Amino acid sequence: MGAGPRMLVLLVAVAIHAGTVQAQSGDAEAGRVVFGECEGCHEIGAGAKHGIGPQLNGLFGRLAASHETFAYSPAFLRLRDRGLVWDEATLEQLLADPDTLVPGSPMSFDGLPDAVDRRNLVAFLRGIGDGSGIARAGVEQDHGIDPAVLAIRGDAEYGAWLSGECVTCHQADGGDAGIPSIVRWPVDRFVIAMHAYRSGRRDHPVMQMIARRLGDEEIAALAAFFENPGE
Amino acid sequence: MKMNRRTFLGTGAATTAALAAPQVVGQARGRVVVIGGGAGGATAARYIAKDSKGAIDVTLVEPTRTYYTCFFSNLYIGGFKEVADIGHTYGRLASDFGVNVVHDWAVGVDRSARTVSLAGGATLSYDRLILSPGIDFVDGSVEGWDITSQNAMPHAYKAGSQSELLRAQIRGMPEGGVYAMIAPPNPFRCPPGPYERICMVAHYLKSANPTAKIIIADPKPKFSKMALFQEGWGDHYDGMIDWIGPDFGGDKVSVDPAAMTVTIDGETTKVDACNVIPAMKAGRIAEIAGVTDGNWAPVSAYDMSSRTDPNVHVLGDAAQQGDMPKSGFSANSQAKVCANAVRGALTGSKVFPARYSNTCWSLISAENGVKVGASYEATDEKIKNTGGFISKTGESAELRKATYEESEGWYTGITTDMFG
Repeated sequence: MGAGPRMLVLLVAVAIHAGTVQAQSGDAEAGRVVFGECEGCHEIGAGAKHGIGPQLNGLFGRLAASHETFAYSPAFLRLRDRGLVWDEATLEQLLADPDTLVPGSPMSFDGLPDAVDRRNLVAFLRGIGDGSGIARAGVEQDHGIDPAVLAIRGDAEYGAWLSGECVTCHQADGGDAGIPSIVRWPVDRFVIAMHAYRSGRRDHPVMQMIARRLGDEEIAALAAFFENPGE
Repeated sequence: MKMNRRTFLGTGAATTAALAAPQVVGQARGRVVVIGGGAGGATAARYIAKDSKGAIDVTLVEPTRTYYTCFFSNLYIGGFKEVADIGHTYGRLASDFGVNVVHDWAVGVDRSARTVSLAGGATLSYDRLILSPGIDFVDGSVEGWDITSQNAMPHAYKAGSQSELLRAQIRGMPEGGVYAMIAPPNPFRCPPGPYERICMVAHYLKSANPTAKIIIADPKPKFSKMALFQEGWGDHYDGMIDWIGPDFGGDKVSVDPAAMTVTIDGETTKVDACNVIPAMKAGRIAEIAGVTDGNWAPVSAYDMSSRTDPNVHVLGDAAQQGDMPKSGFSANSQAKVCANAVRGALTGSKVFPARYSNTCWSLISAENGVKVGASYEATDEKIKNTGGFISKTGESAELRKATYEESEGWYTGITTDMFG
């Protein structure tokens, strides 16, 4: 996995019903910890919503890229078109070497080098079933941002101007080699992330510098622009 | 703004594009001429064309068909990149954004007629002129060196054939040979550049020619990221590098390109490769246009317009703007402020307040990157630093690797932002 300045890994405690965890060969409880690397983008559990990536309840046995309510990248739509179904074998391929299974993958994820981690994570994902038996996880719950700030509707035109400062590093088309993609994020995720850099809870010197001179309105404007930068 | 006979007849490619847009026949489209297709000029041309959606006619004048970025050219010298990795062409600016790309030299500017003349004989009319010509060298700044010496003693401070020449000369050094660098005085393009280059030369020599020596004669007592570079030199290239600052005569230097010798404070040394980085000034067209004061072109911090002529903007290394370093990142940042202001002036689009930022990454050794950066605001006097950051000495290898990977991501990001 990439190092320091990537996504902040959120370790949110989740109660797992021991009875629902049917580990095949991996340890699902250990897999829950590994899932911490995924939580920056993917939610699971009761009431999980799509975030930067789709929610992962009911992943096992499902056709790839098949949530109608999520805007998938072309790379994942190609998997759907060839009929790829998520199971132990395909998830192992994804987790071991995402760029080979999904050329052009937009995920900020380089693969899990440890085979035990991969087995444990697959066991955990299988065990969550439809997600109804576990608490929602994968969204930053304790961000401490005033709901009124989260509710600001950003001016996308202003955001387009401000975005010039972002796209010197973050590619406008969503490419993420070396620097994470910031396009097509849900507005709340974008706002939460920028506030975390501004307050210093997320640790990256460039992002902290950029965020510290953005006001609440400006962060909302950027979030509105990057949610749908093609329009 | 009216289209007169001169404007109409005066251009080649630009006129064709104007005629191809029937909705504006009979009205004048604003005309922008951009001179220089680097981080400032290419970005400005692309943003004006992209955001005006055809309402402004943009012509970019750039002599080279393939542009080699100066940023990352040190990584080519160190063997981490090949020359093709740092080469970019202008095809998408033309095909995807409608920029008229003219491969020619701008040789004259008539600010009262608002025209630019090209070496090929054409004349371009403009409503706004954007100069982003980069740097040229100050004659006589290093005794014994002039531009005709650049094959014997390359500057490699404009990327491309000069970078290839310097790399070949370093690779051709005899066992235990000497590489010398004459570092430039402030202000100059890419403040960490000479010192990153030393790292890259040392990285190559350490494996290919480990008894070789590196000498730097420097007129400055301090330089960018000094503590980080000196830490890296000690950790990775111990005993190879001799940095001679002004306290030890690093400011009293002459070279003899025919004899391949360097004389520092009266002491002459035979060298096998010599990289002379002379003092710098704005690219010559800025001086021809009459917008320079001394070596550089003073500009307003609000829109990068010349202090001499509000219809002329100067971007990047050539501009004297205040606190921003002369870097590709800075030029790209300034270009967006300028593009927004020019579009507003010519089409009435909304003009947002200027904001600027810069980050410079440098590679110390394999997967060992460091960075420095700051953000800036516009004031009446200058572009003013509002605070920044710098990598720390003693950082973990994991953080340094992440910083290097980030620099690779930035390279992809900025070159996409420049060339589409």
